[in-house]
Amino acid sequence: MAELISPLYPSSPRTRLINPIPWLLSAPGAVFFLALLGMPLIMTLILSFNSFDYSLGIVSSFGLENYLEVLSDSYFHEIFLRTYGISIAVVVLCILIGVPEAYILSRMRNPWRSLFLVITLAPLLISVVVRTLGWVLLIGGNGLLGKLLEGIGIAEASTGNLMYTHTGVILALVHVLVPLMVISVWAALQKLDPAVEHAGLSLGASHATVFRRVVIPQILPGILSGSLIVFALAASAFATPAIIGGRRLKVAATAAYDEYLNTMNWPMGAAIAIVLLVANVAVVMSYNRMMERRFRRTLG
Amino acid sequence: MLRNSKLALIFHSLFVVFLLAPLAVVMLVAFTPHGYLSYPTDGFSLRWFTAILDHRDFIRAFWNSLYLGIAAASFSVVLAVPAALAIVRYQFRGRDVLVGLFLSPLMIPHVVLGVAFLGFFSRVGIYGSFWALVASHVIIVMPYTMRLVMASVFGMDRSAEKAALSLGASQWTMFRRITMPMILPGVAGGWILAFTTSFDELSMTIFVASPSTTTLPVQMYNHIAHTVDPLIASVSTVLIVLTVLFMVLLDRFYGIDKVLIGKR
Repeated sequence: MAELISPLYPSSPRTRLINPIPWLLSAPGAVFFLALLGMPLIMTLILSFNSFDYSLGIVSSFGLENYLEVLSDSYFHEIFLRTYGISIAVVVLCILIGVPEAYILSRMRNPWRSLFLVITLAPLLISVVVRTLGWVLLIGGNGLLGKLLEGIGIAEASTGNLMYTHTGVILALVHVLVPLMVISVWAALQKLDPAVEHAGLSLGASHATVFRRVVIPQILPGILSGSLIVFALAASAFATPAIIGGRRLKVAATAAYDEYLNTMNWPMGAAIAIVLLVANVAVVMSYNRMMERRFRRTLG
Repeated sequence: MLRNSKLALIFHSLFVVFLLAPLAVVMLVAFTPHGYLSYPTDGFSLRWFTAILDHRDFIRAFWNSLYLGIAAASFSVVLAVPAALAIVRYQFRGRDVLVGLFLSPLMIPHVVLGVAFLGFFSRVGIYGSFWALVASHVIIVMPYTMRLVMASVFGMDRSAEKAALSLGASQWTMFRRITMPMILPGVAGGWILAFTTSFDELSMTIFVASPSTTTLPVQMYNHIAHTVDPLIASVSTVLIVLTVLFMVLLDRFYGIDKVLIGKR
């Protein structure tokens, strides 16, 4: 993205005068965004400082009690720890699965390469609800996984029931998000010069050494940006944890949903949402900081 | 060309199975002849597909999603094209802020957007209306349209525009006859990505949709939260088949990697 917004057309002395054209061109979008994104977010922030009474409803007071409760109550601690624990597990698994797969794809020949690239990308266009339903049918009480385990004789059928477990939620989230990791690493691999790999091999390094010492360092930016996307989406995922985790395994997104649409405690739901938003933005920002520092170091 | 080892191909096969198994299972269950969830081991039946026709709510939700996707993608393109031209071609104060503003929905969890829109729309008094839904979807699809349109404006050769101007074309004629046709592939890619994003969106829409404006993902989620039956499997199968058809057409005419990876 950076290459798109860096100075493209150095300003001539004439354009140094305030030119109204770019403002007029971007005004409709900017006004729309300020009104329909800025206003709702500010209103949510204000709402999160209000309090809630079960008989009176929303009380427009101003206090930090919702945040104090979110940050001090062990019930909310558990929810946020679970949210980020699941997200980290999903990122690690996506790296372990997605990086080798992208590498294998890049070494395939056409037409296989295009075919499997499309197969990898296809699930991204299929609704998350449909993909999660597939996992319900696989790992549910009477699912295929249990039958398979029993059939092979490894374990009883009930071991295959992963509904309402962390394993189940993580498995389904990896399935939903791993294509994004593959895309990200794939894009980095396209810039790789295969001659460097050949050089490593001809100098006597094993395939594993070449992968570790030559390939991985060059695709690291791709792995990192893939991890960031996967982490951010896993932490804010709603459908998959809601369907597979259910009420028993609440995460931040499903907790906010319940506060809004079941308990009707909007101020508390707003506070959870704001905490989730701030945490997400903080992760993305510190990642960008880190990348900038890395680039500065490597470029001298 | 380096070859993949046997081990690599085994890994790859397991990956493909992992990726496709959940979708295959959904499509299998949809053909069950029984009234409960089961695999069609004793005969295939289309009864659950004909059952969809009796569920007007699913059909109405499908049309809602379709109109919503078309409207949101079209409005986002109308806003994104001039904004992208301004951002890529002009140096002005606040340009980086504008880029940040248009891409910011990518950073905001959709659930947060959902609660924000719910509060805002009910305060303004348009909660549950179709156009409120469209407005909220324009916000979430805008980053995708912006990115593809900006990339195509950036990659465009401007000499044809200069030629048009020097031959006496007006700015508007130049835009209509030269600029727009040249950035059209990027604009179309942005529109398609925006449409699919809008069509599949659940986490935000579930807060904003009212019973009369329910979209297909919301309808399906509510159904699954209540009960998992072969009906939802057959609806999902129809959706999978439609998506695959859409994808084949997209790949034929446009190149699916162009839309999803942004390769040009």
